Amino acid sequence: MRRTTGRLLRGLALLSTLALGATACGGSDDDSGQKAVSAGDIQTALKKGGTVNVWAWEPTLKSVAADFEKKYPKVKINLVSERSGDKHYTALSNAISAEKGVPDVAQVEYFALGQYALTKGLTDLAPFGADKLASKYSPGPWNAVSEDKAVYGLPMDAGPMALFYNKKIFDKYKVAVPTTWDEYVEAARKLHKADPKVFIAADAGDAGLTTSLLWQAGARPYKVDGTNVEINFADPAAKKYTDTWQKLIDGKLLAPINGWTDDWYKGLGDGTLATLPSGAWMPANFVTGVPQAKGDWRAAPMPAWTKGDKASTENGGSSLTLPALGKNKELAYAFVKYANAEDGVQTRVKQGAFPATTADLQSTEFQNTKFDYFGGQQANKIFAESAANVADDWSYLPFQQYANSIFNDTVGKAYISGTKLTAGLKAWQDASIKYGKEQGFTVK
Amino acid sequence: MTTLQPPVAAEPRPAPPPARRDRRSWTGWGFIGPFVAVFALVFLAPIAYSIYLSLYRNQLIGGNSFVGLDNYKLALQDDQFWASLGRVSLFLCVQVPIMLGIALLVALALDSGRLYGKSFFRITIFLPYAVPAVVATLMWGFMYGTEYGLVGDINQAFGVTLPDPLSPDLVLASIGNIVTWEFVGYNMLIFYSALRVIPHSLYEAAEIDGAGQFRVITAIKLPAIRGALVIATIFSIIGSFQLFNEPNILRKLARNAITTDYTPNFYTYSLSFNGQQHNYSATVAIIMGLITMVIAYAVQLRGMRKGA
Repeated sequence: MRRTTGRLLRGLALLSTLALGATACGGSDDDSGQKAVSAGDIQTALKKGGTVNVWAWEPTLKSVAADFEKKYPKVKINLVSERSGDKHYTALSNAISAEKGVPDVAQVEYFALGQYALTKGLTDLAPFGADKLASKYSPGPWNAVSEDKAVYGLPMDAGPMALFYNKKIFDKYKVAVPTTWDEYVEAARKLHKADPKVFIAADAGDAGLTTSLLWQAGARPYKVDGTNVEINFADPAAKKYTDTWQKLIDGKLLAPINGWTDDWYKGLGDGTLATLPSGAWMPANFVTGVPQAKGDWRAAPMPAWTKGDKASTENGGSSLTLPALGKNKELAYAFVKYANAEDGVQTRVKQGAFPATTADLQSTEFQNTKFDYFGGQQANKIFAESAANVADDWSYLPFQQYANSIFNDTVGKAYISGTKLTAGLKAWQDASIKYGKEQGFTVK
Repeated sequence: MTTLQPPVAAEPRPAPPPARRDRRSWTGWGFIGPFVAVFALVFLAPIAYSIYLSLYRNQLIGGNSFVGLDNYKLALQDDQFWASLGRVSLFLCVQVPIMLGIALLVALALDSGRLYGKSFFRITIFLPYAVPAVVATLMWGFMYGTEYGLVGDINQAFGVTLPDPLSPDLVLASIGNIVTWEFVGYNMLIFYSALRVIPHSLYEAAEIDGAGQFRVITAIKLPAIRGALVIATIFSIIGSFQLFNEPNILRKLARNAITTDYTPNFYTYSLSFNGQQHNYSATVAIIMGLITMVIAYAVQLRGMRKGA
C-alpha cells in the first residue's frame, strides 16, 4: 500500500511538472518592429491565394465573403459566425493566451478594442496603409480604432443613437415627443399617469446605455493614456445624467425589464414601452424581433441635455481587426479593407447595416431610403445627422468588458433599493479602480 | 460425492521468490491501471493544475509572475467570497431541511401502503428530477415574471399585488423553491429504496407488540434508514455549496438582485470568464473545495457515529 502511494505521488509530481513546463513556454514576443506592407505586396499575396479565418458575427459579412472569393478566386474566406458578444471574446482571449487557433480576422466592438490593443493582441494596421483611410470614416468610429499613429482595426459599423418611439402611444395620449431629457421625464409622467401600464422605457440597469448617455451629457469618466487610467464619475456633466435618471427611477417610470429578453420584445410590441434610446443598428432588430408593431414606431433625434444642444452619442458598433498571432496578414488586411472601406460596404448597407464611412452616410440613396417598418420614414437622415454630431473625445477603459460585467452588482443597486444613482456609480468606479490596480494599471 | 482431482505438480517450481513478487505487483497494476490512468487524467491533473495556477498571478499589464501564497491570503480576506459563502450557508440551513423533510414525508407515505395510486405518485414526484436544471430554471423563471409571467397573470386576474419573487429579498427563497422542486423526488427515491429493504418481520413483530404507525416510524423505519439520511444530507450540502445553474440562469431576469458573486461557484466563474483572473479563480475554487470537504466529512462522521 505504501509503495502504491509512493508511486502515485511520484506520478502526481511528474504531472505537475508537465503542467509547469507546458505553461512556462508561453510569453515570447518577437514581432515588435513591423515593416511597411505596400499595395504591391498585397496584390502579390492575393494572386498567390490562401485561406483567411474570420471570426465575426456580423450577418452581412456572409455575402461580402462570397463576393470577395469571386473577385479573388484563389483566396478562401473561412467565416466562423456562431459566437457573438461575451462568448466570442472569451474564445478569442483563450486562443490568444494559448497561442493556438487564433483567427486571422476578428470582429471586435469599439468598447473592447482597448484591452486587445494594450495587451499587444492586435496588429497595427498603419504599416498596411490603413492610416491613410482616416478621412473615409466618421470621427467617432475612427477615434475608437486609432490611437496616436496606430490603427487597430477598420470600422465596420457605427451606432449613432436615436430615440425610437411608439407613435401610436404618444398620439393616443396626446403627448409631444420629447426633445430634451427634461421633457422626456415629463412625458414619462404623463404617459404613466394616463395608463399605469405604459412606461417611457425599459431600463433595469445597462452599462452600455449608461455610458452612452454620460457620453452625450459631456461627461468623460474614463481618461486613458497607455497604462495610466483615470476613472471619475463625479463631474458636473455626469450630474446632469444622474439627476434626470434618478427622477425616472424614483418615479418608477422605467419598466424593470432587461434588454433582449422575451418580456422586452413583448413590451416593445404591445405598447408597454413608449420609447427606446438605441443605436442606428436597431431597425433590423425591430423588423425581426417586433413584427407585430410594424408601423407604430418612428425614429427621432436623441433628446438634448440642454435645449438646442445637438450633441449625440454612440451605442455599440464594431470593427474588424487582425489579431497579432493570426497568419496571412496581407490577405486578411485585403479582406478587411474590402469589407469595410471598399465594395463590401455597399453590399452591407443594402442588407441593412449602418456604415461608418462618410461617403455612404451622405449618399442621397442612403439618406432617402424609406423604412416600411417606420411607416415609410426616411430614418437614415436622423441617424446620419446623429453620426455627424457625436463628440469624438470619448474613451472606454482598457478593461471595459470586465467593468461592464460588474455594472449591475454596483449601479444596479440603484434600480432595486434606496441606493442613489450617484452612490451606485461611485461603487462602480471603486470596483473598476480595484480591478485596474490588480491588473497592473496605474489608476487614479 | 465428486472428488476433485488434485492438481498434479509435474515438477517443483523453480521460480525464485523475488521474481514472483515482481510479477504479482505488475498484475495488480494491470487491474487498476485503466482506473488510475483515467483518475489521474480527469481528477488529479486538474487539481494539480489548479494548485499550480493558484500560485501565480497573470496581469494584463506585467504578465505572469510567481506570487506564492498571496492569492490565498487575498481570498481569505475577500469580502465578496465570504459573503457568497454566507449566502449558500443560509441556503443550506433553510432549504436542505425543508427539502429532505418533504422527501422523507413522501417516502414514508408511499411506504405506508395506505396510498391509492402509489406508483403514479412515485413517478410524478420523481419526474422533476428528470427535467434538466437549466430547463427547470427557465420554466420557473417564466412563472416568476411579474410583467408577463404567472405571477403577473395572478396579479391581474385577482387584482392583487404579489411580492416580486425576483426582488433581492426574495430571490434566494425563489431559488430554494426551484431546487426543492427539482430534488425532492431524487431524495424521496433514496429514502424509499432504503425503506423497502426493511424486513417485514419487524413490522409483524411490532404489530404483535401493539405498536402504532407512529411508533413503527420512530422505532423501526427512521433508525433503519439513518445511512440513507446521512448520504442524502451530504449530497445536499455539496449541492448547495456548488449552487450555480439556477442563479446563473435567473440572472438574465434579475441582473441587479443576483450579483456576479452570488454563490462561490458563480464568483469563480465570473472571475475567470469576465475578469480573466484564472489564477485567483483557481484559488477560490480550491478553498471552496476544502471547506466543502471538511463540512461533508464532519457530517458523515457525526451521522455515522450516532448510528453505530
